Amino acid sequence: MDHLTALENRSIHILREAYSQLGNLCMLWSIGKDSTVMLYLARKAFFGHVPFPLVHIDTGYKIEEMIAYRDTLAREWKLDMIFGMNEQALQNKETFPDGKISHVACCKLLKTEALAHTLSGAWPRYRMNHETGTYQVDRNTEPFTGVIVGVRADEEGSRSKERYFSPRDRNNDWDVGNQPPEFWNQYKTDFAPGTHVRVHPLLDWTELDIWEYIERESIPMVSLYFDDGCGKRYRSLGCAPCTAPIESRAKTVREVVDELRTGKLASIAERSGRAQDKEDGGGLEELRKQGYM
Amino acid sequence: MATATKREDMNIVIVGHVDHGKSTVIGRLLADTDSLPEGKLDAIRELCRRTSKPFEYAFLLDALKDERAQGITIDAARCFFKTAARNYTILDAPGHIEFLRNMVTGAARAQAALLVIDAKEGVRENSRRHGYMLSILGIRQIAVVINKMDLVGFSKETFETIRKEYTAFLERLGIVPKFVLPVSAFCGDNIRDPGVNMPWYEGTTVLETLDLFENERDDVHHFFRMPVQDVYKFTSGGDDRRIIAGTVCTGRIEVGDDVVFFPSGKTSRIRSVESFPTGPAAFAEAGAATGVTLEEQIYVTRGEVMARKDEPMPHVSTRLEASIFWLGKKDFREGQEYTLKLESKKVRVTPEKIRSILDSGSLAKRKRDRVRQNEAADCILKTEKPIAFDTANQNASTGRFVLVDGYEIVGGGIITASLPDDRSELKTRVSIRNSKWESGWVNPSMRAEKYGQKPILFILTGGADAGKKDLAKAFESQLVRCGHIAYFLGIGTFLYGVDSDMKLSGNNIREEHIRRFGEVANLMLDAGMILIVTARNMTQADLEIMKTVITGDVAVMWVGKERMTDIFADLCFPDAYNPENLVKMNEHLAHYGVIFERRGESL
Repeated sequence: MDHLTALENRSIHILREAYSQLGNLCMLWSIGKDSTVMLYLARKAFFGHVPFPLVHIDTGYKIEEMIAYRDTLAREWKLDMIFGMNEQALQNKETFPDGKISHVACCKLLKTEALAHTLSGAWPRYRMNHETGTYQVDRNTEPFTGVIVGVRADEEGSRSKERYFSPRDRNNDWDVGNQPPEFWNQYKTDFAPGTHVRVHPLLDWTELDIWEYIERESIPMVSLYFDDGCGKRYRSLGCAPCTAPIESRAKTVREVVDELRTGKLASIAERSGRAQDKEDGGGLEELRKQGYM
Repeated sequence: MATATKREDMNIVIVGHVDHGKSTVIGRLLADTDSLPEGKLDAIRELCRRTSKPFEYAFLLDALKDERAQGITIDAARCFFKTAARNYTILDAPGHIEFLRNMVTGAARAQAALLVIDAKEGVRENSRRHGYMLSILGIRQIAVVINKMDLVGFSKETFETIRKEYTAFLERLGIVPKFVLPVSAFCGDNIRDPGVNMPWYEGTTVLETLDLFENERDDVHHFFRMPVQDVYKFTSGGDDRRIIAGTVCTGRIEVGDDVVFFPSGKTSRIRSVESFPTGPAAFAEAGAATGVTLEEQIYVTRGEVMARKDEPMPHVSTRLEASIFWLGKKDFREGQEYTLKLESKKVRVTPEKIRSILDSGSLAKRKRDRVRQNEAADCILKTEKPIAFDTANQNASTGRFVLVDGYEIVGGGIITASLPDDRSELKTRVSIRNSKWESGWVNPSMRAEKYGQKPILFILTGGADAGKKDLAKAFESQLVRCGHIAYFLGIGTFLYGVDSDMKLSGNNIREEHIRRFGEVANLMLDAGMILIVTARNMTQADLEIMKTVITGDVAVMWVGKERMTDIFADLCFPDAYNPENLVKMNEHLAHYGVIFERRGESL
């Protein structure tokens, strides 16, 4: 069995295990390449269906094309699409682009906080109405207790310590030193009330695997990943003010794969364009403990 | 394309006693294979500069802040590197004794292991313990890396002494290590290149050794086993497929193959092998996360094992012999109840007998009725319901299990033998019955949707005159008033009807009464009913016979102040006439999803 097929099978197995064993499940979709591949894997796992909602955390600063792409795919694939945001912080202009706070503090408010309160149902969730094509406040405010997330172990240090099934306590905290054992396809699927679990089907994938798989399966990607003629493209997607495109002339998936495999990106860290990773030695690690993806 | 996708993958676990230098070995492997993203090495060098620490290769792995503070690796981290031959994932396992579960997590994913021993310190407790764990986890390819040779003056004699001692230990576990290497990760000797310090060593370097390990093949030639992970019926978009989903452990299945599900013994034939977005396929083989539809709509659920009719059957029993390792803080004890998870099957289990405890350091065996944390043991386990399995040497994946206590995975084990249980004959009869079962066109999920309920057998048991019957009848009335399909079956009705032959002849065999009672109950459950019965002083053994015969769920209520049998009851009602009882019984049904809102009036 070839490398990509082996990865695909393991991810599908994990997705099915999560669906079978966890109540109130959702999948986080950041619109980026990883979680879009994960969404595609879910359609494979469930034979064309996606039997749980997709949740997107909109910071209000996402690049425009991302939202357009999200809604197009949601309609086309008939996804149960939900988004949530930190409306209060945006109203009070407590953001990095407004100059009030640091990168990391901004991520905490617009992503971590928004995520925690969207998952718990404390803040409004906006759900796509497929008849009208618009979003409406969702009346269901039940907390999600199983959250499928597309992190990869090779992204940065703290992610390499993750489990496929990673329990979080009531405060969303991740206890790195005290994780459950995971072996022989057996995961922690029994939980005390009040705790929830993050599920990581893509843990074993690398950035190159993701692109090779996108190529093999012809998975539609948001156009920002490709050079549209001005010699720049995004390697990693985030908020417009904090994510810089890289110099690249890769216009197709094929060219992206070549660039990663042998070209100039082969030895440059993927998140080098992401500002929050640089601010302090363990910034991302701290964010992750508090629930950042 | 695809030179990269055709490359082989291999997972390697690196184990060994704390401070014997695993992280340095990995750091060196990553650096020597040019596997570090540019940003990473610079970030660590910069951090070392800021914190005024000398740069060490080990820091590459200790990517977490609090880890660097402690100076030890606390979890199985993953790193990736490549050689000309393969893509490697190296799983770093921790050295501290209390972190054995992290080592298990790392090692269980590996096809081969590097076991690191400090040349200066020699063989230590965890060097042996980890060797033992590798053997029970089924990892047979081991390279022993004798590290820090620079600290012993690159002495051949020191190397030979450690090599002999440790090889002798591994041989007692049935492992012959193919490679024992003298290494200095600090200086870079024998990691990628031989280096100049040990001209007396003529063997391979660590990287060359890795490339010599063999990858396990997905076993497509073995007999077919697919544990049922789930059954899907997604109706949106007019989809009417009922798909049995699972990952094939071993073997191969094709459209048209006759299959048997265990432990139920139900049979059918493969109609299609489903796949998205490409559409139906002709076959599925080992490793594939797949799904099939069946010619005959039989009722199967998660936890059954699908096998081929023309191949050897798995064992079906409630008793098995196993070698286990225990990670729990609380001791593993005879008579205590745990949950056993074998592939997708989940069942309650009790250690019937702990035969011997193994000291994984010295391999000495001793007698004790409990197993402590980080110990291994041979024992006999008894499951509450029959399960299907193979022995570990017949089939690795259906021959091993984990043990759960409360919410936590606290142990694992491999099955060494199937033992006869007291209901072997009965189970055979039930298997045959199920294989001959003639189903109508209405399946249980259609029935459940129509009725707004799932079938369940409600047993009220307790001493004489405890008020069981009154409570049972009151419960029946309440359910029927609320629109449910419920029925109270009196034992008298039964004894003088179905059992009249036995009653008249005086040939009163309790087991046979219970079996017949179970058969009748099974019919009524198959019809979708909530069935309420009463029985005096029912024992756990009685209940087990009942559970062998019936397919569906069972709930047990004990009625009366005093518990008079060993039966495991879901609820206890000291006073049969307490009005709270009915509320609690109703809650129990709702909690287990037996009663729910009807979604639509028709299908």
